[in-house]
Amino acid sequence: MRHLLSTRDLTRDQAIHILDVAEDMADVQTREVKKLPTLRGKTVVNLFFEDSTRTRISFEAAAKRLSADVITFSAKGSSVSKGESLKDTAQTLAAMGADGVVIRHHASGAPQVLAQSDWIDAGVVNAGDGTHEHPTQALLDAFTMRRRLHPGSSRGKDLDGVRVVIVGDILHSRVARSNLWLLRTLGAEVTFVAPATLVPFGVGSWPAAVSFDLDETLRSIRPDVLMMLRIQSERMNAAYFPNAREYARQWGLDDERLTALGPDSIVMHPGPMNRGLEISAAAADSAQSTVLEQVANGVSIRMAVLYLLLSGEREALA
Amino acid sequence: MARTVLQQADIARALTRISHEILESNRGADELVLLGIPTRGAVLAERIGAEIGRIEPSAASAADLVGSLDITMYRDDLAKHPTRTPAPTQVPRRGIDGATVVLVDDVLYSGRTIRAALDALNDLGRPRAVRLAVLVDRGHRELPIRADFVGKNLPTSRDERINVHLTEIDGAEEVTIEG
Repeated sequence: MRHLLSTRDLTRDQAIHILDVAEDMADVQTREVKKLPTLRGKTVVNLFFEDSTRTRISFEAAAKRLSADVITFSAKGSSVSKGESLKDTAQTLAAMGADGVVIRHHASGAPQVLAQSDWIDAGVVNAGDGTHEHPTQALLDAFTMRRRLHPGSSRGKDLDGVRVVIVGDILHSRVARSNLWLLRTLGAEVTFVAPATLVPFGVGSWPAAVSFDLDETLRSIRPDVLMMLRIQSERMNAAYFPNAREYARQWGLDDERLTALGPDSIVMHPGPMNRGLEISAAAADSAQSTVLEQVANGVSIRMAVLYLLLSGEREALA
Repeated sequence: MARTVLQQADIARALTRISHEILESNRGADELVLLGIPTRGAVLAERIGAEIGRIEPSAASAADLVGSLDITMYRDDLAKHPTRTPAPTQVPRRGIDGATVVLVDDVLYSGRTIRAALDALNDLGRPRAVRLAVLVDRGHRELPIRADFVGKNLPTSRDERINVHLTEIDGAEEVTIEG
């Protein structure tokens, strides 16, 4: 593996391999010395053209725990705000000797452009591009599901037959897209639930069922995993639903739906949560909620990805 | 052409002797931890642990005596090979602080694996002493490292290959030398 741009290109074996390496990384997190010398002398640049706190610090923690040097570059207050192009930024980083670039960009496909260009010869990790993909989030979600469903024996397992329901803003969500491709590759069944205005055009060609009614879906599917997506107000230029209260009542995970879900199903949220909108406080803090596990697992997954991309001999361009 | 240098019975005798030697030098099985280096070292550590349990009934149960120590992340040649897949590290519950840790590996060659293992141990705790047990010592050390317990010394040339086959992993039980 040279770059991680999309979960769509991952084979089943590659995906399980990443999850298994992440298990080893998770073991390191339980030790007193949480650091490995593996990427000593390598430089990882976090290139963030879009605001992010948890993804950025998660990648930063992951790189530091592998002993890489981390340079964080956020577009605000940098030369990008003076109009520098992606090409010039990339060439600047290449001249500084970056071995890996973690990029988040508001334009879908920006990491792909960077990976395919000859501007920089570094491993590229997509940390979220526009409404396209967010592969490490999907990997950490799959990792969290696998650990909850097979406690203590998750190594080597897939997600065959696991019923996953993803609720919320499917239209803008790169998390939903990355999760769909990865979960299908791992054998899970995916159902999207959203208001009709937040379902993307062309969803019929995706390998997922689509529903507009959350209560009906919870009854008929009886999901093992219920994933609530954040309502992204920053991407809502138009009004997609009448108001927040109506959204919460129709598509939010409230206390009543949490009870109906049953104690064996898990509740996931990629964060940051809008408590009271897509998820109630009781649901967010319940024993079924994996929100904090997802954060911890995020570091393990990102360590695994950085290790697999940067540690070995440079592979020829695939 | 592969030539067999150790057969099943030879391996069993060597491991029995190593088990006795470990117990002798440690004066019993107290504060003893065996850490095998995956993959074949981990299997050998389990066998030595079982043997020690047989010889010394007062020894801790296998789960408290034997573990595995993966050194992939500590290797000094990571950048010179395709990416390696790490194996799990499992340390007995008591930890390694204050214990006599015996590292177990199949073949001792350059010594670089053991150097990596010493680094890895350092991140897990502070053992009282670290010893090294290997099934085969083939020479050609590149670092000042030696084994305390050796199954067999095999003088080799650098062009030769030593293959250790163990039933649990390879379905066969022998050590061969390939020229």
